[in-house]
Amino acid sequence: MSESTKDISLEKEFVDNFKALESRINGASALPVHQIRKEAISAFQKLGVPTTKNEEYKFTDLNKSLRKNFDFTSPSLSGKVNKETINKYFLPEIEANKLVFINGVYSAEYSSIMSPEDQLSVKDFGTASKENEEQLQSYFAKYADYQSDAFIALNTAFAEHGSFIHIPENKVVDKPIALYFFNDAQTEKCYNQPRNLFVVGKNSQAKFIEVFNTIGDFSSFTNIVSEIVVNENAHVDYYKIQNNKDTAFHVGTTQVWQARSSHFSAYTFTLDGAMIRNNLNIASDGEGCETHMYGLYLLHGKTHVDNHTVVDHIKPNSFSNELYKGIMEDQSHGVFNGKVYVRQAAQKTNAFQSNKNILLSDTATINSKPQLEIWADDVKCSHGCTTGQLDEEAMFYLQSRGISKERARVLLLYAFATDVLENIKLEPLKNHLENIISERLHKDF
Amino acid sequence: MSKDNQILEEFTSKEYEHGWNIDIEADQAPKGLNEDIVRFISAKKEEPEWLLEWRLKAYRAWTKMKEPKWANVGFPEINYQDIIYYSAPKQKAKPKSLNEVDPELLETFKKLGISLEEQKRLTGVAVDAVLDSVSVATTFKDKLAELGIIFCSFSEAVREHPELVKKHLGSVVPISDNYFAALNSAVFSDGSFCYIPKGVRCPMELSTYFRINAANTGQFERTLIVAEEGSYVSYLEGCTAPQRDENQLHAAVVEIYAKKDAEVKYSTVQNWYPGDKDGKGGIYNFVTKRGICAGDNSKISWTQVETGSSITWKYPSCILKGDNSIGEFYSVAVTNNMQQADTGTKMIHIGKNTKSRIVSKGVSAGHSQNSYRGQVKVMKRAEGARNFSQCDSLLMGDKCGAHTFPYIDIENKSAQIEHEATTSKIGEDQIFYCTQRGIDEEKAVALIVNGYCKEVLNQLPMEFAVEAQKLLALTLEGSVG
Repeated sequence: MSESTKDISLEKEFVDNFKALESRINGASALPVHQIRKEAISAFQKLGVPTTKNEEYKFTDLNKSLRKNFDFTSPSLSGKVNKETINKYFLPEIEANKLVFINGVYSAEYSSIMSPEDQLSVKDFGTASKENEEQLQSYFAKYADYQSDAFIALNTAFAEHGSFIHIPENKVVDKPIALYFFNDAQTEKCYNQPRNLFVVGKNSQAKFIEVFNTIGDFSSFTNIVSEIVVNENAHVDYYKIQNNKDTAFHVGTTQVWQARSSHFSAYTFTLDGAMIRNNLNIASDGEGCETHMYGLYLLHGKTHVDNHTVVDHIKPNSFSNELYKGIMEDQSHGVFNGKVYVRQAAQKTNAFQSNKNILLSDTATINSKPQLEIWADDVKCSHGCTTGQLDEEAMFYLQSRGISKERARVLLLYAFATDVLENIKLEPLKNHLENIISERLHKDF
Repeated sequence: MSKDNQILEEFTSKEYEHGWNIDIEADQAPKGLNEDIVRFISAKKEEPEWLLEWRLKAYRAWTKMKEPKWANVGFPEINYQDIIYYSAPKQKAKPKSLNEVDPELLETFKKLGISLEEQKRLTGVAVDAVLDSVSVATTFKDKLAELGIIFCSFSEAVREHPELVKKHLGSVVPISDNYFAALNSAVFSDGSFCYIPKGVRCPMELSTYFRINAANTGQFERTLIVAEEGSYVSYLEGCTAPQRDENQLHAAVVEIYAKKDAEVKYSTVQNWYPGDKDGKGGIYNFVTKRGICAGDNSKISWTQVETGSSITWKYPSCILKGDNSIGEFYSVAVTNNMQQADTGTKMIHIGKNTKSRIVSKGVSAGHSQNSYRGQVKVMKRAEGARNFSQCDSLLMGDKCGAHTFPYIDIENKSAQIEHEATTSKIGEDQIFYCTQRGIDEEKAVALIVNGYCKEVLNQLPMEFAVEAQKLLALTLEGSVG
């Protein structure tokens, strides 16, 4: 299926970058991590940056946008953002472990870890690749397949910065772990490729929040990969919040592996940005797994958001539920592709998927492709997809009770979004997002 | 021009120097495909110059195209140079009576409840005087002619109504539309042409006539239906009886052109040879079907029951160009053993207030793979478009697969699009309920499957609905227990 047209110039820039990286790290090139990097860059060379001819990138022309907006001569690793600025971007009223990354590089200075060390170990990815070599080796690039996706390959090849978070067995990390990624685009365009690996031990619980921000007016590009290992009976919540500048380009892959009886919930909120591609790939590789995927995208201006999700049921008796909702205004473009695979062995799987969209302008576009692929017979799977506008009768009902047309609209749109918002388990985060969204709705729509 | 160039020029334009020397009287073209073969077919059919040009254009486009690989089916590479693209209908030694016909085939007929006379026709037994197919056919033809309806073979239409054919051929499925359509355009053997004049309501299912007049149309069939303003026609293609065919590759094209206020209903029952239990043999059915609702308030409705073929690749589509036009697609696709089906539809909303409805029911059993692939596209100017899609899959056994690939592409805010799909198996409680009332398991499955497909089967013309129901049961025979 994936037939990508190779692009010489972009590809060459990255390969040159890779050579620079090799000469820079010199001594560390014997590390096993580096062997994987080498494999990844050659895989990337084969794959090339995908164009719209690639089925998986049919509606999202990253190749063109990246070529137009960036030159990738060298990654911008050194960024300077002052502390006050950063403080402004922290999520309010959430007592969390804060991890700050500037241009993808972990900043110990700005970060603050509150949970005790026996619960939570946080390391910069580069440090971990030397100190925790063995641990890293058993997880790194095991789940995110760099042979089939060009952006994963690219990230893997340049995996140098980011984080390695390990939660041992039988621990409940009650404070959320918030990762703040800042792009410093104050003086020039920037691009970076952070790499995260979260390992949650048996019977443990953790909540991760990834927040993306760009400081400055130049364009920025982030290609991030987070691998999450959810061991037996562990509970993990994962939030991704994108309320970035309209100059921010983003490709993010969240690769999840779930063991027996584990619970995983993902929440993806996309409120602003230039071109965003989110890949959420979940392998439900144990009996009795539970998986939830929630997404909300509120798009305006020329924002382009592409959400691709995959849930792969490999073992029997699992459950997955997916709900993605979107409101599109102006010339924004939404793309949704949800794949549900139920393998032959995965009998008694229950999988549900739903994608609902509202288009508010004639220049907005939505491309939705909910996809079911099922090889087992004793399953219950369904998907639904709707695209429409606000219910006229509901509008009339509200207006007939003296609510102005504008207010009625906002009310209904807010109700539409609430379906997703109400599933957030972190109360302060829920309130924060509710505030942002209702403000947005009042202002924009 | 330098001398070198001249030589080059001469050489490249030489094509015909050695002439065309396949004997025009031959009944069969040699294997393979090239421009000469296309010319041969055209000459054989005594076609006018424009049609030959059209075929050649298609052939040239085809040579530049690649076989599509995106469908969810797998089969060994087809060698397009190993196929005979033209052979006149063979005059086989006809069996003298039904006693000489394969008893297995007769058993199938019995199960389908096909009349004795028709059985004879289907097996190629020389029909006796009781039912003279020719005279019956002529009666129908006279009746149709009275109303001004043209219904004839494609070659006849090219001879007798060239202006109509020329105007509409390729207007819905352009020659370079896709690989198989281009191939068909280059080498199509024959097919049907149907023209309904303004304001005429065709008094009979065109199937009735078709069944009696079923011509041996070969593997590259071409159908063109033109419905003038305010006309109506219901057309049925195919037949519930199992059809065996030597040709492995079938690439047909169907085009429907509906003008203002016209309505066309096209039903298909496809039961080509599906191959044996291990997937050996069987037909590759790669069909391009498309209709255009060109005028306002027009309607095109596709109904298909797909039970045969080892591989089905088929997407009957509607282009809803006229305002208030309606497109419908009702499909039952049943796969058993090693069959693979990738079928669905495309609804392209262009005009204002256009409506479309998709109901697709897939049943997979044995080791088969059944995919629904559909697209609903609402263009920027298609104010008030409305679509409802439902695609359900039923799985019987744990070795088969059901896949759904819907594409929903919306560019207009006033569109209302709903899509839903479910996948499940036949409930044990349902079977238990039946067996407990003395209905054996096999019959119970047939009953449940028929109920599941009812919404689609109801769309078929009466007499076919009955046969199609039996056909479903027959296809699934032996898939339980």
